[in-house]
Amino acid sequence: MSFFEKFKQGLKRTTPTFYKAFGVVGGLFSGKKLAQEDIDLLEEALYGADIGVETATEILEEIKAAFKKEKELRGQDAAAIGAAVLRRVLAGAEGKLPEFTAKPEVIALIGVNGSGKTTTAAKLGRMFQDKGSTVLVGACDTFRAAANEQLAVWCQRLNLDLVSSHQGADSAAVAYDAYDAAARRGKDVLILDTAGRLHTKHNLLGELSKIRRVLEKRDAKAPQHRWLVLDGSIGSNSIEQARVFHKQFDLTGLVITKLDGTSRGGALVGIYREMRLPIYYVGLGEQPEDLQPFSIESYVDALFNLKNPAE
Amino acid sequence: MFENLTDRIGNALKNLRGQGKLSEENMAEALREVRTALLSADVHFRVAREFVERVQKEAAGQEVLKSVTPGQQIVKIIHDELVKLLGEGTQELSIKRPLKVMLIGLQGSGKTTTAGKMAALLKKKGYKPMLVACDPYRPAAVDQLETLAKAVGVAFYCERGSKDVPKTGRNALAKARETDCDAILFDTAGRLQIDSELVDEIKRLKAVVEPEEVLLVADAALGQEAVNVAKTFNEAVSLTGLVMTKLDGDARGGAALSMKAMTGVPIKFAGVGEKIEDFDTFHPDRMASRILGMGDVVSLVEKAQESLDQAEAERMAEKLARADFNFEDFLSQMRQVKKLGSLQGIVGMLPGMSGVKIGDAEEKKMARTEALILSMTLQERRNPQIISSSRRARIAKGAGLPMLDLNQLIKQYQQMKKVMQMMKGPKGLSRMKQMAKEVEAMKNQKR
Ligand SMILES: Nc1nc2c(ncn2[C@@H]2O[C@H](COP(=O)(O)OP(=O)(O)OP(=O)(O)O)[C@@H](O)[C@H]2O)c(=O)[nH]1
Ligand SMILES: Nc1nc2c(ncn2[C@@H]2O[C@H](COP(=O)(O)OP(=O)(O)OP(=O)(O)O)[C@@H](O)[C@H]2O)c(=O)[nH]1
Ligand SMILES: [Mg+2]
Ligand SMILES: [Mg+2]
Repeated sequence: MSFFEKFKQGLKRTTPTFYKAFGVVGGLFSGKKLAQEDIDLLEEALYGADIGVETATEILEEIKAAFKKEKELRGQDAAAIGAAVLRRVLAGAEGKLPEFTAKPEVIALIGVNGSGKTTTAAKLGRMFQDKGSTVLVGACDTFRAAANEQLAVWCQRLNLDLVSSHQGADSAAVAYDAYDAAARRGKDVLILDTAGRLHTKHNLLGELSKIRRVLEKRDAKAPQHRWLVLDGSIGSNSIEQARVFHKQFDLTGLVITKLDGTSRGGALVGIYREMRLPIYYVGLGEQPEDLQPFSIESYVDALFNLKNPAE
Repeated sequence: MFENLTDRIGNALKNLRGQGKLSEENMAEALREVRTALLSADVHFRVAREFVERVQKEAAGQEVLKSVTPGQQIVKIIHDELVKLLGEGTQELSIKRPLKVMLIGLQGSGKTTTAGKMAALLKKKGYKPMLVACDPYRPAAVDQLETLAKAVGVAFYCERGSKDVPKTGRNALAKARETDCDAILFDTAGRLQIDSELVDEIKRLKAVVEPEEVLLVADAALGQEAVNVAKTFNEAVSLTGLVMTKLDGDARGGAALSMKAMTGVPIKFAGVGEKIEDFDTFHPDRMASRILGMGDVVSLVEKAQESLDQAEAERMAEKLARADFNFEDFLSQMRQVKKLGSLQGIVGMLPGMSGVKIGDAEEKKMARTEALILSMTLQERRNPQIISSSRRARIAKGAGLPMLDLNQLIKQYQQMKKVMQMMKGPKGLSRMKQMAKEVEAMKNQKR
C-alpha cells in the first residue's frame, strides 16, 4: 500500500469535520460573507491537523481573501487553497539521501521516549539491505528495560548484524564498538539506536554529545546523519523537542512515525517552517516494511483529500 | 513564536486594568489570546471554544473585586474553570480486593512502564501485586515487563509463544488466586484506537478478567487527536481512568484537559519520569497552571486568590468564635490550605526546581481527610455529634480508609471544638481575627 493510501486510511476513520470543511458535498461557503460557522468549521479542521496556529491562520487568511473575490467558493476550492499554502510552506522538505561516501556511513536515531526509534532502526536496516547495502546496527540504548532484547529480536528477524552490550553499559562505548565492528566488517551503513530521552533532561542530552565525540575520533563527520524520530501523534511539543535536540545535536533531518493512526503529524509543518529540517521517512505501522520516503505531494493531498474528494 | 503564552495573556489583560466592570467588549481581546494560548497548548479546538465561552459567561457583568484588577480576576476565573474541567481533587483507585487493573493505550505511550510503577505503588500500600504480560506482539515486550517485575519485586505471569491474550488473562487470574496475589495488573500491547481487530482483543480480555480499573495510558504531549483516541477507547471498553505520562517533559498538556473534558473520564495518575518511583497522583490544579503557563499568570491568580482567602478567613474566624465550627467548615478550611500546598507544588515544576518536593506526606494526609469528610452526608458534616458507630463504619468504607483514620479525624475535631469553646466570647472574636491576620502575613512571608 502506498504512503498516500495508508495515511488516508487512518484519516478516513476520524471526525468528519475535515471532509465537511473541505469536501465537495454541498455548496459550502456561498453567501454574502463567510459565516462564522464556516470559519469555525475551517478552523476546527485546520487546527485538528496539529499544523499550528501560524500555518492555520495563514491558510484561513488566504481562504478568506479568495472568498472576497469568489463568492461561490466551495469546500474543494478551499481545500485546494489550503493545499497550495501547505505546499509552499513545505517546499524543500523532502529529505533526499545523497550517495554515501563514507564507509560506514553512520545514521544516529534520537528522540524522546517511545517515539519509535528502535522500530525505525529495524525498518531502515531492512530497507538499506533490500537496496543492496550492507548494514550493522548498534544498540546504544543501555538504559531501558529489555531495550537490548527488543533490538536483538528485530535484528534476528531481519537478519541484520548487531553490536550490543548489557543494561547499564556506557552508550558511547557501544557506539564506538559498533563503529569499529562496522568498519572491520566493511559495512556500508551503521544505524545507531539510542535511548529515549526527553529534551528537558540535560544530563541525558550530554550523553548524546558524548556519542558524537567518540565517533568523531574515527571519522570527523560521523554520524553524518542525525535524525530526530518524532511520534506523529504528538502535538506542538514536537516543535520544542526539535528545537532542543537541534541545538544539542545539530540535526540533519526527521523521521515521523505512527502516521498510520488518525493523527496528521502536522507538527512537522511547524518544525520545517522554523528549522528547515527535511523529513526523510514516515512510519506507517509496526511491520518492518511500514516505512516510506516522505513525499510533500502525497502528504498534502492526503491531508486535504485532494485526489479522491468524493470520499 | 508562541512560546511566551504568559506574556501574551498578560499583555491582553493589561488593557483591562482600570476598568470597573467586566464586559463582553473589554474581555474580547483577552479571551482571543486565551483561546490562542489554549490551542497552542494542544487543547482540542472544540474544548477551547467552549471553554472560552464559559469563561466569558462566568465573567461578564461581574463586579471587579476591590483588591484585584479585572485582568487578574479573569485569570482567576480561567484558572478555576480549568481546575473544574480537569476534575477537582485527586482520584483514587478502586479499593476492591482483589484489584484487577488493565492498562491500554496507543503504541509507546508508557503502559508497560506504568504497570511497573503501579505495581510498586500497590506493593507499598500492602497489596501483593502480580504483573501479567498481555503483549505478544512487540519484540521483547514480555522481557521488558519481566525485568520490571524483578526490579520491583513482585510476581510475574506470562505465556510466551501464545497469542491468545484472553486465555493468558484467565490463566493469570487462576495463578493469582493460587498464590494469594490481590492486585493483578494486565499490561496490554500498544494499539491504534481504529484498529478494530486489536480493540476487539482488549474487549475480550476485559470480558474475561472483569477488571475494576481500565486505565488509558496517554502521552501528555498528544496533539489534537487525543480526544478521538480517548473517546474511541472509552466507547470500546468503558475507561475508569486516565494516566498521563511523560509529564516530566515540558508539554503544556492540553491533551489531558481535552480528554477529560470530552469523555468525563477522570485523570488518576501522572507519570513523571522513566524510573519506577516517578509516579504520582494527578493534581488538577497543577495541570491548570501548566496549561495556562506559569510564572506571571500564577502569581496573578495567587494574588486574586489571596484576597478571596482573606475574606474567607475572616468569615471562618467569626464562625470559630461562635464555636459552631463543623466538618463543612473543616473541609473549606482545608481546601484553602491545600491551595497553598499545591501552589508550593508548582514551585517544583519550575525549571531547575523539579527536584524540590514540598509536603508530599502532608498532601496525602489532607487527601485522606478530605475523602473522609466527603464520605459523610451533609447532615453529618454539619452536625458531627450525630456520627454514631454504624455511621462511622459507613463513612470509613465509603472513603476506602481504615476506621482508625476516621476516629483520629473525629478526635481532632472534638479537640478543636474544645479549644473554641474556651475562646468563646467577644474577646475571643477579636483574638481570632488577629490570628487570621497573622496567618495571612505568615503565608505572604513564605513566598
Ligand atoms: N502504529 C505504529 N506504531 C509504531 C510505529 N513505529 C513504532 N511503533 C510502535 O511504537 C512503540 C514504541 O516504538 P519503539 O521503536 O520501541 O520506540 P523507541 O523510540 O525506541 O522507544 P524508547 O526506546 O523506549 O524510547 C512500539 O509498540 C512500536 O511497535 C509506526 O509507524 N506506527
Ligand atoms: N520521561 C518519561 N518517560 C516515560 C514515562 N513513562 C514511560 N516512559 C518511557 O517511554 C517509553 C515507552 O514506554 P513503554 O512503557 O515501553 O510504553 P508502552 O506503552 O508499553 O509501549 P508499547 O508497549 O510499545 O505500546 C520508554 O522509554 C519509557 O521509559 C514518563 O512518565 N516519563
Ligand atoms: Mg528504543
Ligand atoms: Mg508495552
